[in-house]
Amino acid sequence: MSESREELLARLLDRATAVRAGVMVALNAAGSGHVGGSMSIADVLTVLYFHTMRYDPKNPRWPDRDRLVLSKGHANAALTPVLAEAGFYDKELVKTFNKLNSPFGMHPDMRKIPGCDMSTGALGHGLAVGVGMALGARLQNKGFRTYVIMGDGELNEGSIWESAMAAARFGLDNLVGIVDRNRFCLGSATEDTMPIEPLADKWRAFGWAVREIDGNDLAQVVDTFDAAPFVEGKPTLILAHTVKGKGFSRAEDRCDWHYQTVNEEVLEAALAELQAPGQRS
Amino acid sequence: MAATQTPTSQPTKSTRDGFGEALLEIGRANPNVVALTADTFTLSRIDMFAKEHPERTFDVGIAEQNLLGIAAGLASTGLEPYVTSYAPFLTARSLEQLRNDICYTGFNVKVCAVCGGIAISVGGSTHHAIDDLAFLRAIPNITVLVPADAVESYKLTKAMAQHPGPTYLRMGGRAPEPLLGIGDYPVEIGKASQLREGKDLTIIACGSLVLPSLRAAEALAGEGIEARVLSMHTIKPLDRDAIVKAAKETKRIVTAEEHNVHGGLGGAVAEVLAETVPVPMRMLGIKDVFATIGGLQELYDLYHLNTQGVLETVKAVLEA
Repeated sequence: MSESREELLARLLDRATAVRAGVMVALNAAGSGHVGGSMSIADVLTVLYFHTMRYDPKNPRWPDRDRLVLSKGHANAALTPVLAEAGFYDKELVKTFNKLNSPFGMHPDMRKIPGCDMSTGALGHGLAVGVGMALGARLQNKGFRTYVIMGDGELNEGSIWESAMAAARFGLDNLVGIVDRNRFCLGSATEDTMPIEPLADKWRAFGWAVREIDGNDLAQVVDTFDAAPFVEGKPTLILAHTVKGKGFSRAEDRCDWHYQTVNEEVLEAALAELQAPGQRS
Repeated sequence: MAATQTPTSQPTKSTRDGFGEALLEIGRANPNVVALTADTFTLSRIDMFAKEHPERTFDVGIAEQNLLGIAAGLASTGLEPYVTSYAPFLTARSLEQLRNDICYTGFNVKVCAVCGGIAISVGGSTHHAIDDLAFLRAIPNITVLVPADAVESYKLTKAMAQHPGPTYLRMGGRAPEPLLGIGDYPVEIGKASQLREGKDLTIIACGSLVLPSLRAAEALAGEGIEARVLSMHTIKPLDRDAIVKAAKETKRIVTAEEHNVHGGLGGAVAEVLAETVPVPMRMLGIKDVFATIGGLQELYDLYHLNTQGVLETVKAVLEA
């Protein structure tokens, strides 16, 4: 029985809500952390892991699996519950986030986290690795796709643009870049810190096929991933406009929630909001 | 033991050529081998491999950070990338990619650097790599190799193909280097190659300083001083046993390298001696300065990175 679109979107909404709750649980265990950028990317990660990507939680290193590189590694508080939801490990482990000898810390370590395809943290690294993965797929006639999630502030790193050139040069239409355009970096709005606009034009000029979407609208995210690659022979760039802190009103669209304390009171308030029906469109 | 006679004028061959020839053989036997470069196609001698395997050769342009990241991604899919560029740009420029994307992950990437040390002598300090060994010694998970000549370069390249994990091979520049010319001897990753036996002191050298060390040992023999000579081609993991043995048996140690005296082979040997057999030692290298401009031999002479320099250092340790 194939799933209807309504059923699909309802299932994804449930997952996205669980992931957001997981973000807050992880960061509560840590005491504080990257709330804003983890919540903004929760819908994209949800669609990737519960609709788009092929993987086997019982065989995390399956050679034909699709790859995800979380180039904005500081959103590991989102990846951690996503991989738990996907069945790579017990959800209870999310509560060890940042604890001594936990596999899960502020940034993902592929040697410790089942299902994690790349260790990241320092910004500007992930796209190059994604180019290598996509090139590796092509050289070995493998059909897997590689997804690289970048932060918008991360695009200040020059190395990203080295890789953007290379992906187009090598015609990697099995590579999908996603920019989490939540408009804030650590200290202020991206456009006040070091402007990156016009962003879609920049990626097009570097040879990518670009679409802009509401990255917190599950239906749009589903349709966009379904449509990739947009142009044969070109790498795909999804410019996902998102709301930093999405799903927790106190944190939404606020730069100071890039990194915040998540004590018991904050956790309870967030979970109450996430469990309230109809809080999300 | 190898022959102890070193001819006074050596035939020459680039360490790059030893690497390129070995890579060609490795690539023929292993379809997973991929060669990458940042606009140093011929300089790094991957052109030999590329001619036979153009579909497995990639030039990413002048973008070393991207180069190392792509190599990490390729390795993650099971391929075996050999990455080539200039030593200063593969280390100082893209050190974070090397550390995070290759060493932290443990990917099987071979970082094959040409123009190590002051090989591009006229290039000035932007193009010198006299700090690369220091950078890499401080990073876990990487094997660091410095061949003494084209033969060691060939053998180490073949050896690292059988040695999974991040590896750095530091070669010389355009000018063909003199061959040691001492016959066949074993070159094994992680084991010092003893090139000459001696009981009065040990000269531990790597790269371009191995031949001057052999010549110095010959000169010393004429004065009745028997110097052991080790080619310490593997800087990491370091052959601690050979160092401890040398310290116990010969009581004095000299190190010689084309690198800053801080953080390279000398520092590595000193760390071992300090904790085990703290015998007198002296280090020959560039003494914490940015090297000046000049011809390569002129700079070797200026910084005493030659036979005379080894002899001076030996004299100092014998007087210690």
